[in-house]
Amino acid sequence: MNEYNVLDFLESSAAKYPDRVAFKDKDESINYKDLLLRSQKISFVIRKNAHMEPFEKNRPVAVFIDRNIRSLQLFLSVVYSGNFYVPIDPTLPVERMQAMLDTLQPVCCISATKRKLPIEAESFDSLLEQAEQIDESYCESVKRIREFAIDTDPVYAIFTSGTTGIPKSVIVSHRSVIDLVHRFAESFPFPDQPVMANQAPFDFDVSVKDIYNSLNLGGTVVIVPKSYFVMPAALFPYLQENKVNVLIWAVSALRIVQNFKLFDACVPDSISLVMFSGEIMPVKCLNYLMDYWKEATFVNLYGPTEITCNCSSYIIKDRLEDTDSIPIGKSFANTEMFLIDPDTMKRIRKAGEKGEICVKGSCLALGYYRNPEQTDKAFVQDPEVTAYKDLMYRTGDIGYCDESGNFYYAGRKDHQIKHMGHRIEMGEIETVVNAIDEIKMACAVYKEEKEMICLFYSADSECDDIIIKQIRKFLPAYMLPNKFIYMHELPMNAHAKIDRKKLAEQEIF
Amino acid sequence: MDELMEILKGARPDVDFENEEALIDDGILVSFDIIYIVNAINEAFDIEVNVSQLKPENFNSAKAMWEMIQNMQE
Repeated sequence: MNEYNVLDFLESSAAKYPDRVAFKDKDESINYKDLLLRSQKISFVIRKNAHMEPFEKNRPVAVFIDRNIRSLQLFLSVVYSGNFYVPIDPTLPVERMQAMLDTLQPVCCISATKRKLPIEAESFDSLLEQAEQIDESYCESVKRIREFAIDTDPVYAIFTSGTTGIPKSVIVSHRSVIDLVHRFAESFPFPDQPVMANQAPFDFDVSVKDIYNSLNLGGTVVIVPKSYFVMPAALFPYLQENKVNVLIWAVSALRIVQNFKLFDACVPDSISLVMFSGEIMPVKCLNYLMDYWKEATFVNLYGPTEITCNCSSYIIKDRLEDTDSIPIGKSFANTEMFLIDPDTMKRIRKAGEKGEICVKGSCLALGYYRNPEQTDKAFVQDPEVTAYKDLMYRTGDIGYCDESGNFYYAGRKDHQIKHMGHRIEMGEIETVVNAIDEIKMACAVYKEEKEMICLFYSADSECDDIIIKQIRKFLPAYMLPNKFIYMHELPMNAHAKIDRKKLAEQEIF
Repeated sequence: MDELMEILKGARPDVDFENEEALIDDGILVSFDIIYIVNAINEAFDIEVNVSQLKPENFNSAKAMWEMIQNMQE
């Protein structure tokens, strides 16, 4: 229980279960023994090729990811190299990738994908080939790097939407991930030999839970191809075939199960633990899952990337009524979650009263990479502590507590939304659209009941095509609005700002 | 076919549904587009697309979707 590096999980499981499969995808798999050896060897090649000095550590390595076990092997190789990894989705627009790399200034770029990349990166195959040719001297290097590692060193950074149009990179330490893994192991009934179906893309921190919980428990991560969530006829048979017993999925993925009634064709019968997060789980969907996986434990998880995946949980005991809301529950051990009044910054302790959810503990990220301004805004001194430095993270989520101490999510205090499982700042879309010459004003509004992003804009004439082109150039596909509404002028409120409320109430057909 | 085109445009105004022939294989449509499209065509054409029909060959093009709908209406 005294790990100070996430690699301790891998090493301890590799010693206990050398032949067990650690990672598996549609094409290949790797056992613990080989994973350990290979990651160490590749780490040596990474350092050598990047010309890193023996004393250097904690530099970013950009990893172009794919839905394969190669991505995971490269992550661990980067960690062995004494650096931290930054997963990058190669399907993003080039401009956005470039903006990410500008922020990172990585020590090197490596790639787990076979896709053609607009940016030069060393391929997995090439790294592996070099790794297989090195002599035993890598062992000394691996040992030395570990000797000067500490648990506040970063392990990964993950990009998330930023209001200014520049994506923010949340950087997370070993200590936070180790804390998370222990909290999960003590809080939830994992099977003896977990087989986790990984749904979340590796540039989302939901996947962090699959990777490190599995390494800790000596489990297997089975990567589900992305296409199975688009055309889900093959999804459940794949889970069944791989004897998957744990799902740590985004709510949006579980909703696909309900939407397409996947149980009609196949019921994967080894599922014993289902955890979900990212959005509010509709009770109807949960009940549908509970009807078929009667023996399974269902857990609602809550938390933003900045506090390392999750900070609270609620185990669902019984079927709920359609009108009930599912609590986000109570904070994990070694984590403090509380509400503050954002105006007075005072704690709210009365049940039922709403406030901004704030979090303290080892789970706090190290901040946003190379972005002190945004870091200082979100990671702030606890106003109740004046005698020493004590940071809390302001989630921007509004919540309240019931009499029994369970927390509930009640919306946002800003214009951040969750759409298709993605966290999106409306401001980011607006910044990109406002940069177009033809546009006078633009306002992105989320219609929750229809799950649609609507973009209202004013210009001399209708120009949806120009806007679509611009967004596709700079933003990920999931940020593209579903509806474009041209207006001669946008409504303004008394403060001479765009009247979002009025736009939100406007009927859309 | 016009009604289907209307639905598709509503789901993804940025996609050229008249000409694209690898909507699934090229990863153009994502899971939520499919949910939206399937729910909309179920309602508009009074059919029920089931799990086993959620295969790339039925959704790679507007034409393929239209054929699937017509087969189901027969």
